[in-house]
Amino acid sequence: MSAAGWITMLAAIGGATMLFAWCLWRVLRTPGATEHLHSQADIDPEDRRTP
Amino acid sequence: MQSWSSRIGVILAVTGSAVGLGNFLRFPGLVAEHGGAFIIPYAIAFLVIGMPIAWMEWTMGRAGGARGTAAVPGVMRVLGGRRIYGYLGALAPAIPVFLCGFYLFVEAWCLAYAWKYLVGTAPGAADALPSFLAWIGAKEAHGHLWLHGSADLWTCTVIVVALNLLIIWYGVAKGIERACTWGMPLLLAIALVMLVRVLTLEPVEGRSVIQGLAAMWEPRDLAGKLADGKVWLDATGQIFFTLSVGIGTITTYAAYMKRDDDVALSGLTAASGNEFCEVALGGMIAVPAVFVFLGSAYAQYTGSSIAMGFFALPGVFEHMPGGRAFGFLFFLLLFLAAVTSSISMLQPSMSFFEEALGWSRRRAVALLAVVVLAGLACVLWASQGTVAIDTINFWAGTLGIAVVALVTTLVFAFAWGVGPGMAELRRGAEIALPPGLGLCMRWLTPAVLALIIGWFLWGELSSLRAGSGVIHALLRDRGAQLAVGWMLATFALYLWIARRGMPRWDAIAEGRP
Repeated sequence: MSAAGWITMLAAIGGATMLFAWCLWRVLRTPGATEHLHSQADIDPEDRRTP
Repeated sequence: MQSWSSRIGVILAVTGSAVGLGNFLRFPGLVAEHGGAFIIPYAIAFLVIGMPIAWMEWTMGRAGGARGTAAVPGVMRVLGGRRIYGYLGALAPAIPVFLCGFYLFVEAWCLAYAWKYLVGTAPGAADALPSFLAWIGAKEAHGHLWLHGSADLWTCTVIVVALNLLIIWYGVAKGIERACTWGMPLLLAIALVMLVRVLTLEPVEGRSVIQGLAAMWEPRDLAGKLADGKVWLDATGQIFFTLSVGIGTITTYAAYMKRDDDVALSGLTAASGNEFCEVALGGMIAVPAVFVFLGSAYAQYTGSSIAMGFFALPGVFEHMPGGRAFGFLFFLLLFLAAVTSSISMLQPSMSFFEEALGWSRRRAVALLAVVVLAGLACVLWASQGTVAIDTINFWAGTLGIAVVALVTTLVFAFAWGVGPGMAELRRGAEIALPPGLGLCMRWLTPAVLALIIGWFLWGELSSLRAGSGVIHALLRDRGAQLAVGWMLATFALYLWIARRGMPRWDAIAEGRP
């Protein structure tokens, strides 16, 4: 693989990994994270609202 | 002080929901098709289009929910201030239903492969590609699957459809999703083991893993790829597909959040977790593996981009200790991830039907079932060359999503206004937003989106004159015409439903009771 290939690969994987690691660090140091941070998995769209 | 475990739980919930078929199946197929140059438009699409629009959708959804509407057309109408935005917004819940037309079929493949690994009938590396293509009817004439499809494929398809409909019928989606919150880390752990195995594969017929990595990352024909509108549209479409942007799900779910909940860090964590799974795991596993097993000829066999993993991954499992058990677990967990995705893809239509028509949930489920089953029937009939899957994947999963994203951007940045929008985004935010984000959302994001869409259409018209391209295929293949006909009929239905809901949204927009 050429130098351009290695640079492309390391930049893409490194960039994605660093961004994700930074987000995890921010979540871990956020007070009240369990109350204020959400995803589709824990938002209830009132599935049982109507029979 | 919150406990460590509860914070880990938040991380698992936020990142776990991001993992799906796009990471392990669709992304590798696109990289194999376009080569390493694809990463450049892909990264730009993430930074300039994907992440800004994800934040817009989180923000608009929460703001719409606070005003009393969770349906995307309602949110567009109320925040945009004009009925036209409501009608344009009807495309948002329609797009994920179009995608479900083939997504449920792919879910059935995952379930069937889990079963094949459990009972020991999974294909090996040597016959993975031909047996897979024959199994899904890609090598036969249209209609073959209807009459001569294999029993395991039909059984799994029926199980998948029934499971999805029962989950939304009985309203137990949250339980399934919470179970997957803990199942997804296991999927990631298995993916890490597979990655190690792929990177330590012995050369096959002189083809090494390093050559496989080069096939993926080497930016060959860089200028040509960057000048190709289809590459940019594919990159943008993949970003939308994988971040669940442009299909109304984020907007719909965000409408049920509390007013001061964070959307900035939540959105970024979900997106970055998804990118990590996709670039560092999904792509690194499938593309080098399929190159090692199939050689440079792999590109001509990719066929449907979403199918590539099904003939790449069996080779990996065959070459690792305990491969059968890993294969079973991997496809089972991928199936569960796909189920949570398809359930969330149906939610925008559920909220739309209930709100616009004033229907009960189960009545809405019945209408949705008719629409989705019609699409699935089209996909099963037009199996030759996976033409129906590729047609829907392109017109809805790539172009349609880009159009919805453009409409979302116009509503957020111009009709509602960047000022109120950014103020709403900052409300409860746990991180400082990047400087210049508002300018990017107002000018750069819509300009790049419009440019890519226009560029693509120009290229397609040129291809049509030369007798090639997707429009040309649409004019010649009855399977493609059937798939597009189903999508047009469904969108007409959604426009009619939006018209029924407009008086309610007018009242909300005008502050009337």
